Amino acid sequence: MSAARGLVLAVLVSLAVVLQTSVLPAFSWRGVVPDLTLLVVVATALVSGGRTALPLAFVAGLVLDLVPPADHVAGRWTLALLVAAYVASRFRDSQAGQQTATATMATVLACSVVAGSVFGLTGLLLRDPAVPVGEMLAVIGAGTVLDLVAAPLVMPAVMALLRRMQPDRLPSVVGPLAPRRPQGVGQEQAL
Amino acid sequence: MVLLQRPLRPDHGDRLNRRGGLEPRDPRAPKRAGVVALLLACATIITLDASTGALEPARRVAGEVYGPVEKAATTVAGPVIGIPGWFRTHDQLREEVEALREENTDLRGQLAAAPYDRNKLAEYEGLTATAEQIGYAVVPARVIGMGSAQSFSRTATIDAGSAAGIQPDMTVVNGDGLVGRVLRVTRSTATVLLLADADSTVGGRVGESSEVGFVRGTGGLADDDRLDLELLDQGEVPHRGATVVTWGSDEGAPYVSGIPIGRVTAVFSSLRDSSQRAEVQPYVDFSALDVVGVVVPSGTRSDRAVIEADGDLR
Repeated sequence: MSAARGLVLAVLVSLAVVLQTSVLPAFSWRGVVPDLTLLVVVATALVSGGRTALPLAFVAGLVLDLVPPADHVAGRWTLALLVAAYVASRFRDSQAGQQTATATMATVLACSVVAGSVFGLTGLLLRDPAVPVGEMLAVIGAGTVLDLVAAPLVMPAVMALLRRMQPDRLPSVVGPLAPRRPQGVGQEQAL
Repeated sequence: MVLLQRPLRPDHGDRLNRRGGLEPRDPRAPKRAGVVALLLACATIITLDASTGALEPARRVAGEVYGPVEKAATTVAGPVIGIPGWFRTHDQLREEVEALREENTDLRGQLAAAPYDRNKLAEYEGLTATAEQIGYAVVPARVIGMGSAQSFSRTATIDAGSAAGIQPDMTVVNGDGLVGRVLRVTRSTATVLLLADADSTVGGRVGESSEVGFVRGTGGLADDDRLDLELLDQGEVPHRGATVVTWGSDEGAPYVSGIPIGRVTAVFSSLRDSSQRAEVQPYVDFSALDVVGVVVPSGTRSDRAVIEADGDLR
């Protein structure tokens, strides 16, 4: 990952976190705001794959955990975003690099539910906030709906930006003409 | 040779590697070792923060970096934040005009009577009145960030920190009553635990009978969300409409005494353990917090004007 690309990702995440904590609460529904950070992470996973998205999810989650007014146990959003990024990168793999709008929305839906649930479950395990499960489910549901509303506004722009920043335009469709690596050399060592 | 000449399958699917695992066909797919490392790092952070206070410095640094950015974002987005206000019905607007007209007459009367330096801070009028009423000095501040409901904790960031004389465990009020308490501070910001947070417990006293009890948040910020009041004396039944004020802690931390919390709206008796539970409607509208005041000891050095207990600015 080049320095410029890292910088763009850092700015995107910071922007998402600041908007989410300072500006969006004015438009919130009962305190639930669209999770812009999650959308940025999902967009990165869909465009650049998990190798970029997972570290980004880790950093973004940590920022979300530490920036005031966060008061929950740190690491909970980190874990939630990490799992969401993994899910999104699996979605990308199964689509072979060609994303339709429907598939993107489905990915956002799945990741939003997964992230909300992971965050809620860790809360239950750690007894972090004393919130009943029913209320938790309602909040996760509302959060998912708001994420889906925000996705068409945010995702296309972020994904277009990330595509432009893509350093090596790998052939997205690998056919018989594509260069074949000798089996077990390049990727095996990478693992 | 025959094997090598067989028609090659288009290289679409996953391949089996030497260890018999499925090899990701995409060099951009995450490395398994990397995923495991990140998950372990997560677990470490959660354990560290849940069992020790080792991450407080990191929180502080994050606050120092993002606090000024949040402040700037709130300032820049001021006009945009007003947009929800445009979508109101005619009746609501008419009611509002009526209420504002009334308030205007009221304020005009106060304006004529109030000393000059109080006029300068018309926006802080309510806060000044509170300082006078409760008899403590307060540092004015504005809310610049709210925790989202998805985090299940009700917290807010204010734009005054240790430079303004604010310390953890100070009481936060606004023109209507008790808002919450300060959890932690950075140089320029402070995190406030709102009264409505499910983890918040405040010692409360029912105004008329002076019975003491505990007021707990329920986690909701909406107008129809209530606080729970549990009285220590189970035989006492609080009146509907009775005022609940803070009972106060030792040396005024985290809560100073005598701050109005809310009004009793309903009382429930539990037959099983013969206890009384009351619902309290908070005076403060948590969904529309803006100017708040942090109660500080009189004579605190601050980077801004402090409203003293007699209503004067210093």
